[in-house]
Amino acid sequence: MNPGKSIDPRSFAIDDRLTGVSRIVGVSGSKGGVGRSVVSSTLALALADQGKRVGLFDLDFTSPSDHVVLGVRRGFPDEEFGIDPHVVHGIHMVSVAFFTGDTAVPLRGDAATSTLLELLAITRWGDLDVLVLDMPPGLGDTNLDVIQLLPRLELLLVGNGSRVVIDSVRRALDLFTELHVPTIGLLENMHRGNERAVELLAVAAGVPFLGSIPYDQDLEDALGDVDRLRSSAVYSALENVLPA
Amino acid sequence: MHELALADSVLKAALSAADDAGMDRIDRIVVKIGELQQIERELFEFSLTTVLPAMDARLAGVKFDLSEELVRFECRSCGTDYGRDEAGIESDGDQGEAIHFIPELSHAFARCPSCGSPDFEIRAGRGITLERIVGSGEDESG
Repeated sequence: MNPGKSIDPRSFAIDDRLTGVSRIVGVSGSKGGVGRSVVSSTLALALADQGKRVGLFDLDFTSPSDHVVLGVRRGFPDEEFGIDPHVVHGIHMVSVAFFTGDTAVPLRGDAATSTLLELLAITRWGDLDVLVLDMPPGLGDTNLDVIQLLPRLELLLVGNGSRVVIDSVRRALDLFTELHVPTIGLLENMHRGNERAVELLAVAAGVPFLGSIPYDQDLEDALGDVDRLRSSAVYSALENVLPA
Repeated sequence: MHELALADSVLKAALSAADDAGMDRIDRIVVKIGELQQIERELFEFSLTTVLPAMDARLAGVKFDLSEELVRFECRSCGTDYGRDEAGIESDGDQGEAIHFIPELSHAFARCPSCGSPDFEIRAGRGITLERIVGSGEDESG
């Protein structure tokens, strides 16, 4: 302890809070709009349907949407020696939307960091096979905080064939390699026609290509309805995407 | 009762600091409690003094100094310095409860009393801070 300097105690509790979690999978994609929230939420749903103990942590604090994908309207947590995630469709879920409803939450970087620390310090995830993290877009504070605070993190990258996305994902892969973050692989979302840019990027970067989720024009109507999500191409593509 | 989780983090941080300082016993832990989080002080103190010290022998007989700090916001738009009462946060109900769990969610509810901006910095009185520890055979460090 540095003499004369007070310390924030929250980071010291994080390891204990996650001790029962076997895997921490961050669903990342450096560009916005590639479908991270749909992939994160549907992956959690598919794993829960397989009988796995699954957590879902929406880290997009300023624009949370996992609750929209899964049709969860309210989930104020129970408070008991910390907070217990809201359990819905078999998924243990935490989102700031459960606290703020439809109100906008403007957070600068330091406030987002503090929000992450607080939730990691007080949430009792219990025993989980997989904790899915819906990472926010970009390579800013929250992404870097998660990499720093959760050394067991594995990343599942989502991209699509757009040139602006490919460029961004390539840079993100380079950074994650430099930071020694294990990458499960690269998943193509919203696949159209004969595009192979994501697959070729995975090959060039030396990371596993996890397959393509076809563009589904009916997906919008399935959002918020888990029964329809279960019938979607996204769900089918994600059922076996996570290697053991 | 998430005060227990916060108290647990304070003691874990104190034990880590004791490790760094080579202390074999912690005699006193000084903690600052920020107004914004609206911690139930009795519950927090009970967690510190009764429930948790059994976690480590170095905490046997430890005393706690708890002090409270008023919250101060500074508006990033107009520079106004203001407190909780002026921020328009509802103390009871969902707003108070949300801020109790995550003080940063005050950004959803608090507004500058001068210009109405939600863009502010929490300059003081946010939540729990470990100020310093005093251990056996050591000078105060913290």
